[in-house]
Amino acid sequence: MNALLDDFLTRSVLAGLGVALAAGPLGSFVVWRRMAYFGDATAHAAILGVALALAFDLSVFIGALVASFAMALAVSALTSRARAADTTLGVLSHGALAVGLVAVSLTPGVRVDVSAFLFGDILVVQASDLGLIWGGAGLVLVLLWWRWQALLTATVSPELAQAAGINPRREQLVITLALALTVAVAIKVVGVLLIAALLIIPAAAARPFADTPERMAVLATIGGMVSVLVGIGAAWQFDLQAGPAIACAAATLFALSTFSRGVRRSD
Amino acid sequence: MPKLHGRRIVSALITARGLAVTHGQTRVLHNVNFSIMRGEIVTIVGPNGSGKSSLLRALIGATPISAGTLTRARSLRIGYVPQSLALDPTLPLTVRRFLDLPQRIRDNDAIQALETAGCSTQASKQMTDLSGGQMQRVMLARALLSTPDLLILDEATQGLDQPGAASFYQRIEDVRAETGCAVLMVSHDLHVVMAASDRVICLNGHICCEGHPEQVASAPEYRALFGTGTQGALALYRHAHDHDHSHDHEAAE
Repeated sequence: MNALLDDFLTRSVLAGLGVALAAGPLGSFVVWRRMAYFGDATAHAAILGVALALAFDLSVFIGALVASFAMALAVSALTSRARAADTTLGVLSHGALAVGLVAVSLTPGVRVDVSAFLFGDILVVQASDLGLIWGGAGLVLVLLWWRWQALLTATVSPELAQAAGINPRREQLVITLALALTVAVAIKVVGVLLIAALLIIPAAAARPFADTPERMAVLATIGGMVSVLVGIGAAWQFDLQAGPAIACAAATLFALSTFSRGVRRSD
Repeated sequence: MPKLHGRRIVSALITARGLAVTHGQTRVLHNVNFSIMRGEIVTIVGPNGSGKSSLLRALIGATPISAGTLTRARSLRIGYVPQSLALDPTLPLTVRRFLDLPQRIRDNDAIQALETAGCSTQASKQMTDLSGGQMQRVMLARALLSTPDLLILDEATQGLDQPGAASFYQRIEDVRAETGCAVLMVSHDLHVVMAASDRVICLNGHICCEGHPEQVASAPEYRALFGTGTQGALALYRHAHDHDHSHDHEAAE
């Protein structure tokens, strides 16, 4: 019995760490490029993908991946970075969430627990899920590693990138793809409502302690991992839902970071 | 392509023929014929909204052209210095790290580029802590690191005081003398810029007139846009005595 407990705890910790690994550097880009709401819309669309996957008896992972990617492409096409397309994003983000929830409840056959997709269900992660999570997270890291310099140049200034022969739209597509992949692997861990939390909060907490983009990405990754460990620990200890517990841990980290920065400033 | 450092080698770096740019329904540029040779310093002047920045952006490929052709010399390296950088404060970026974009460079090269641009003490500062003038110099240093064939500056002295702008243009001339790169710039500082240019292009949706600074300064099209007073005062000083009544056929675009 003990071994079994250890095993599923180990699996959930590994799943959480895998997501945090990808969310650190990607989340940094989301923050730098002011894509927080964009990330939300992408994540919310995943619930619609989940509904379709259940209806057609497909893999939930594939359904979420396709829906997120489609949403991210749609948002990219409808808005441009220069203009804060607040309203468009708001409509798409909440529209997708609502349609997804309705679709899930209309799905015939198996009764599904919607909250598992909204808030994650990390404690029931299977060995096969682990493969997907680490595979997807690894792919995101490889993608970001490969395009790092070009992505950073395009983030600093699209014109500078263009003058250097880098196509900013292609780099935007790389971020979009990485975001969809991360959303798809993170559903089980934190659920669609809190994926953006895992992207943005550790990166925001890392900002005061970073003087280069690389340092911020590394610190955000470490912060995300600590949040996962603390969150799962707390969930296990106090019988909480793991997703919100992880997000709470990240938010606490952010509060500490902001506070300690304030103290350092006033010295 | 062999590396040519001569000043007067007749090969255009960029050639535009009948170029047009539209933003939505608005025609920003039309029928622009333009080319720039190696080692040449060309300045574009024109009133606000005349399409100066759009032309630069079209030349670097950041704005799609709606008509005409654009030919770049093969393996043309462009160093671009934008008007300003809208850096998000959430992005930590030292000057040294900024110079590493888009390609990582050696420390020695970075130090040298900062010296050439006149900002050698800034390397470890955060980009967001720089003053306007320091930022322009750092962006110039970064542009120089790609050993460009063509340096493009979009109102690079905006926000600099007159001595600051003058010394910035002095740097540009020095850079041209050292590296033999061509320089294409947009500027409001007519008097400073026109003295430093080989050729001036007066733009207002299309090319109104172009030529040597003195020719342009005395062209009726130029006077129609800038008058002979205030702004163009210094550049036009030597022509002021022979000016007739200023033309007021304000380009009806």
